Amino acid sequence: MPTVHISLRAETLFQLFGIPVTNALLTTWFSMAVLIFLSLMTSGNIKMIPGTLQNIMEMAVGGIHNLFEEILKENIQRFFPFLMTLFLFIFFNNWAGLLPGVGTIGLTKNEESKEALFSNRAVAATSEFTAGEKSAGESATAAENQKTVKNSEFIPLFRSGSADLNTTLALAIMTVGYVQYAGLSALGFSYLKKFFNISNPINFVVGILELISEFARIVSFAFRLFGNIFAGEVLLTVIAFLIPLLAPIPFLGLELFVGLIQAMVFPLLAAVFFSMAVSHEEH
Amino acid sequence: MPEEGLKAIATAIAMGLGAIGPGIGIGILASKALEAIGRNPEAESKIRTTMILGIAFAEAIAIYALVIALIIKFT
Repeated sequence: MPTVHISLRAETLFQLFGIPVTNALLTTWFSMAVLIFLSLMTSGNIKMIPGTLQNIMEMAVGGIHNLFEEILKENIQRFFPFLMTLFLFIFFNNWAGLLPGVGTIGLTKNEESKEALFSNRAVAATSEFTAGEKSAGESATAAENQKTVKNSEFIPLFRSGSADLNTTLALAIMTVGYVQYAGLSALGFSYLKKFFNISNPINFVVGILELISEFARIVSFAFRLFGNIFAGEVLLTVIAFLIPLLAPIPFLGLELFVGLIQAMVFPLLAAVFFSMAVSHEEH
Repeated sequence: MPEEGLKAIATAIAMGLGAIGPGIGIGILASKALEAIGRNPEAESKIRTTMILGIAFAEAIAIYALVIALIIKFT
């Protein structure tokens, strides 16, 4: 019986100039290509009377702009490009993980590093039926196949970029770093007073706590996105393994919703941190 | 394999106990937000944005539990 394939880290597919290319990186490249293509298509011919594509993009950008304007007020022009990029990148990465074939199509590497294309989830779903229907000779070969599958290692060709901790950690470090830069450039040297304040002992301890919470932001940014998307993938795999027919559909809808919400929450929190960093402290 | 069994139990306890607090918190958040929308329906979009932000913060606690569970499970 084939087992469920769940891997915490993204697996390496091949080496490119000494750099390991993982399946998450490959999927991220695909979603980046889609994003670049879409933006070129839209920004290439902007018309006064918009077409379908331009209409959709204008609605998306406008809606998100209004949402962030409530938080950032007059600083919106400065931070909106960064936040919108974050939203689009995370959104496309999240939903790329829900496409059929992502996580199911892959390579098998056994001890002799032989490679064969097969679908793990499909095997899990149909193995019960095929065992009964196939003739004796065929079932023997099927058993042989399954034995090699069991011994070999299955590597999915695609994996959602957000389900790789490296991607989300990079986004989190970038965001928190930019928050510090924005605070420094807006308030100058007095921004550091938030962290290092020796006017009295209580403020000193509070400053240290602020410094720690700044690092905790990186962790919670990274793990919020990674945890939600990875947990979603595990949930979908397990449900498809338990009840392959019709049961995964509501969970797929739930994961679509979660992907959208997480893509909103990441830049929304970043916007809150930006507005906290650039505003003067009022006590 | 007693060690593996203990690991499985530890993972389940870490995640299960860690999910209680955020679950209660998110429930309170949503109920208060619904109350607020009921009293002042015009402010719905503002309340929704703030509610989602609050839920994200409450959820972070569950995420920490998930991190611990994953560390126990995979190391």
